[in-house]
Amino acid sequence: MSATDTTATEYETVIGLEIHVQLATNTKMFCGCALSFGEPPNTRTCPVCLGLPGALPVANAEAIHYGLMMGMALGSTLAPRSIFHRKNYFYPDSPKGYQISQYDEPLCLGGQLGDVRIHRVHLEEDAAKLVHVGASGRLHASDASIVDFNRCGTPLAEIVTEPDLRDASTAAEWLRMLRATLRTLGVSDVNMEEGSLRCDANISIRPVGSTELGTKTELKNMNSFRYIERGIRAEVARQTAIVRAGGQVEQETLHFDPRTEAITSLRSKEEAHDYRYFPEPDLSPVAITPDMLERAQAALPELPLARAERFERDLGLSADSAHLLAFRTELGDFFEAALGENGSQAAEPQPLANWVANELVARLGTDADPAASNVAPGALARLVAMVGAKQVTQGGARQVLDKLVAGGGDPDAIVAAEGLGAVGGSDELAPIVEAALAANPDVADRLRGGEMKPIGVIVGHVMRETKGRADGGEITRLVREQLGL
Amino acid sequence: MTDITALTAKQAADAVASGDLDPTELFEAYRAKAAADDLNAYTWVADAAPAANGVATTPLAGVPLAVKDLFATKGVPSQAGSRILEGYRPPYTASVVERLAQAGAPLLAKTNQDEFAMGSSNENSAYGPVLNPWDRTRVPGGSSGGSAAAVASGSAPWALGTDTGGSIRQPAALTGIVGLKPTYGTVSRYGMIAFASSLDQAGPLTRDVTDAALLYRHMVGQDHCDSTSLQHPEEIVLPTAQRLDGITLGVPEDLTGEGVEAGVLARFEETLKVAEELGAKVVRVALPHADYGLSAYYVIAPAEASSNLSRFDGVRYGKRVDADDLLTMYTTTRHDGFGAEVKRRIMLGTYALSSGYYDAYYGRAQRVRTKIAEDFATAFQTVDFVVTPTAPTVPFKLGSKTSDPLEMYLNDYFTVPISLAGLPAISIPAGLSEGLPVGFQLAGPAFSENRVLDAAHALEQAIGFDATAGRAG
Repeated sequence: MSATDTTATEYETVIGLEIHVQLATNTKMFCGCALSFGEPPNTRTCPVCLGLPGALPVANAEAIHYGLMMGMALGSTLAPRSIFHRKNYFYPDSPKGYQISQYDEPLCLGGQLGDVRIHRVHLEEDAAKLVHVGASGRLHASDASIVDFNRCGTPLAEIVTEPDLRDASTAAEWLRMLRATLRTLGVSDVNMEEGSLRCDANISIRPVGSTELGTKTELKNMNSFRYIERGIRAEVARQTAIVRAGGQVEQETLHFDPRTEAITSLRSKEEAHDYRYFPEPDLSPVAITPDMLERAQAALPELPLARAERFERDLGLSADSAHLLAFRTELGDFFEAALGENGSQAAEPQPLANWVANELVARLGTDADPAASNVAPGALARLVAMVGAKQVTQGGARQVLDKLVAGGGDPDAIVAAEGLGAVGGSDELAPIVEAALAANPDVADRLRGGEMKPIGVIVGHVMRETKGRADGGEITRLVREQLGL
Repeated sequence: MTDITALTAKQAADAVASGDLDPTELFEAYRAKAAADDLNAYTWVADAAPAANGVATTPLAGVPLAVKDLFATKGVPSQAGSRILEGYRPPYTASVVERLAQAGAPLLAKTNQDEFAMGSSNENSAYGPVLNPWDRTRVPGGSSGGSAAAVASGSAPWALGTDTGGSIRQPAALTGIVGLKPTYGTVSRYGMIAFASSLDQAGPLTRDVTDAALLYRHMVGQDHCDSTSLQHPEEIVLPTAQRLDGITLGVPEDLTGEGVEAGVLARFEETLKVAEELGAKVVRVALPHADYGLSAYYVIAPAEASSNLSRFDGVRYGKRVDADDLLTMYTTTRHDGFGAEVKRRIMLGTYALSSGYYDAYYGRAQRVRTKIAEDFATAFQTVDFVVTPTAPTVPFKLGSKTSDPLEMYLNDYFTVPISLAGLPAISIPAGLSEGLPVGFQLAGPAFSENRVLDAAHALEQAIGFDATAGRAG
C-alpha cells in the first residue's frame, strides 16, 4: 500500500470553494465605465471607480439581474432586497479604502449544484490590478508597485459552497460543472486564465468517520483547473504531514506557487483583517420586485444538468456522452446544430455525439469551440449519416473530417474528389477478396482449418487494395462465403 | 445704484433680468470684495468674471455663488479644509454646483471650513480659523464657517454649505444670517467630499429667507449619480406668508434649559411671542429620545467618517509622505495630513465599527436614531413645526473651546436630532444678545420646505433683524 493510500484511509479531506466570477455586464458595478479587456492602463476609469473625493456609487441593475439569474439557476433563496455593505481595508488596489460588497444579506442564500450545496452568492466590486515592479513579482521585495484601475469596480459574484467536496479532482470536476452552468447562463466569460473565474479553496482534513471539521486553511487564487487540483493535493499533503507529526494545522491564508508547488503563508489568523462591515450609506437598499424576478426567470436558458437529462431521455445518448456534451456548452451547441431540428440532418444521435466528442475534439483541441472551426455542423451530420449508410467507412470518414477541419467544404464532394466512397457491394469487392486469399494461401488454409485469427491479414490486404474504402464486416462475410465457412 | 452688493441675491437677480444691472459688473464687485476679505472666509477666489452671455435670462441671472471648499469643483482647489488635500483640483464638478451654474449662478469663490466638516467653530481648518464679522475675536461657527462669514460680511451674495449635524444652521445663527438644512436626499451629494454619508446634506446660507428659497429651488432634484437622492414632491416656491394663523409651533420639553445662555433663551422666548402675535399657537411637545441625539450622532457620524476618509491614503491624489514601505507611507501621510479632530473621529468611528463592538455602539446608535425619527413623526401629528434656539450660545471666543471637544460638541445639541431624523430645518436671526447674533431654528416634516420657508419668512418680516453690524465687520 502506498503512502497516499494510507493517508486516504486515515484522513478525510474536506473542501469548500469560494469562486469569484466577473460578470459580463456592459458597465462596472457602481459606475458607467465600460468593462476593460486589456486596454491601456487607467483608461477605463472615472471619479467613482477611482474613489475620488465626493464620488458616489450607483448599483448596476444588470449585475443584480445576473445575480438573480444565478440564484435561480442554483436553486437559492433570493433576498427580498439588494443591500450592500462596506468592507473596510487599506490596500492600494482598493481606492476607497473599502470594497462595496454584501454581508449579512447576500442576494442569494443556499442552493445546490450537483452534489454540492451552495452557501451563498453575493455581489461585490473587483479590485484594481497591482503590478509589482521588480524581480519577485510579489509586493514584498518589489522595487515599486503601480496600480491599474481598469479592472477596479468590475462586477463580481462571489459563490461560496458548503464544505461538501472530498478530494481535489472532484473539486476541479465540480468547478467545471459550475463554469458550464455560468457560461450557459451567459452571465460571465468564466475564463480562468483571464481571471473572469477565480477560485479559492478552504481545505481541512479530519480522521475518517469524524463529523467535526478540522482547522481550515484558505488557498488563494488558483487560476487553472490543473492548479486547483495540484494546489489542493499539495495542501492536503502538507496538512497530513503536520497532523501525522503530531502537530496542529494553523488557520491561515495560503498562496500556492504552481511552478514550485510551494505553499507559503499570506497571513495568519492573528493577522486577519477586521473589516468593520457596516451598511453602505451611499446606496439605498433596493427591493427585489416581482418584475425583476420575472425578468430573471424569463432570461434563464436550459441549464447543463437539464440538457444532459434531455440528451439521455429524448435522444438516447449514453450518460457519459450526454453529460459531456451538456457541460461542454459549445460542444453541445454544435451537436444540436448538427442534429438539426428534430434530427432533420439524418445523423443518428449517438454516433454523431461520438464524432463530436471524440474525432472532432481530437482534431480541434480540447478547449476549441467547433463553431469557430471550418467544419459546418451540417457537414459533420452529413458525414456521420454517410458512415451510417455505409457510403463511407469509418476510416474514410476520418480522412474526410481531416479535410473538413483543414479547409471546410462538403463531405459528398470530398468523398467524390478523393475517391473515398466505400467499395460497395460484393460485385466490386469479391474479386479483391479472392485475389487476397490467392495471395495468402497459408492464411486461407488456416482459415479453412477454423482458425479465424489470421483473417486480419486478409482484411488488411483488401483495405490496402481499396485504400481503406471497404467495410470490414463485408470483407469478413465474403471471406467466409468464398471459403465455404 | 450706489452699492450693488447691498442687494439681496433675489434683488440682484431681478435687477440683472430687467437689464438694470450688468452681471459682469455684479460678479466683479463681489470678486473684489471676496479677494479683499480679511476674515479668512475664502480658500480660493475666481480670477475673473465668467462670460455672461445669456445669463440674464437664466433663473439665477448671474448672481455669483460662494461654495464651501468640500464641493468638488473642476480645476479649482477642493481641499475640504484639510492639509491632506492640499492643492487637490478635481477633474469633475459636484452635481449641485453644476446644477446651480446651469441655473445661472457662477462660481465666485471657495469658502473655508472645518476640516472635512468636522467642527462647530471653523477652528479645525488646516487653512486657519475664520473670524466672525460681528466680532473678530469670536468664531463664526462651523463647519460652514467660511460660507457664513462670507454672506454675513457681504463679500458673497449667497453661499453653499453642508450640514451634517448643524453645520449650516449653527454658523448661520452665529453670524446673523439664514441657513437651510433641507430634507435628506433632496439635494444630490455627488461631488460633496463626504463626512457622514447618511447625514450630509447641502443647503443655502443667505441673507434672507427669500434668497434661501430661491437658491434651494435650483438645488433640488434627483441625480442619477446619487442613488440616495430623491425627487422633491413639490416645486419650491418663494415664500410670501406674513402671518402664522392656524400654525402650531412645538417647543420640545426635553430640549431646553441646561447649557442655554440666558440671552439666547430670551431671544427664543421673544420670537415665540412674535409667532403668537402672528397667529401661531405655541405648545410643548415631547421628543423623549432627542436628548440622546448627540450620543448617537457621535457614534454614527464618526463611524461613517472613519470609512469615508479611508480613501485619503496618499496613493492617488492629495498629500503623500514618501516612505520605504507601504504601511509607513500610509501612517505618516495620514498622521501629517489630518488634523487632531479628524483623527479623533476616525479613531472613535473605527472603534465603534470594530468586530465585537458594532452592536453595542453603531447598532445601538442606529436604534436611537430610529427612535428619534419616530419622536418627530409623533410630534408632527400635533404640531406643524418644532422650534428651538439654533445654538445654545452666542459666538464664543476663538480658542475658548478648542481644548474641550465635548463642550464644543454641545453646540449641536439642538441641531443634531433633526439631522438624525433627516428633516428640513431653517435657522433665522432672532435678534442679538450681548451685541451678537442669536438664531431661531424651525424644523418641519420631511419635504415641508415650502411651509418651513413660509413660516420663517413671516417671522423674519416681523422680527426685522438688522444685519448691518455684521455687514460692516
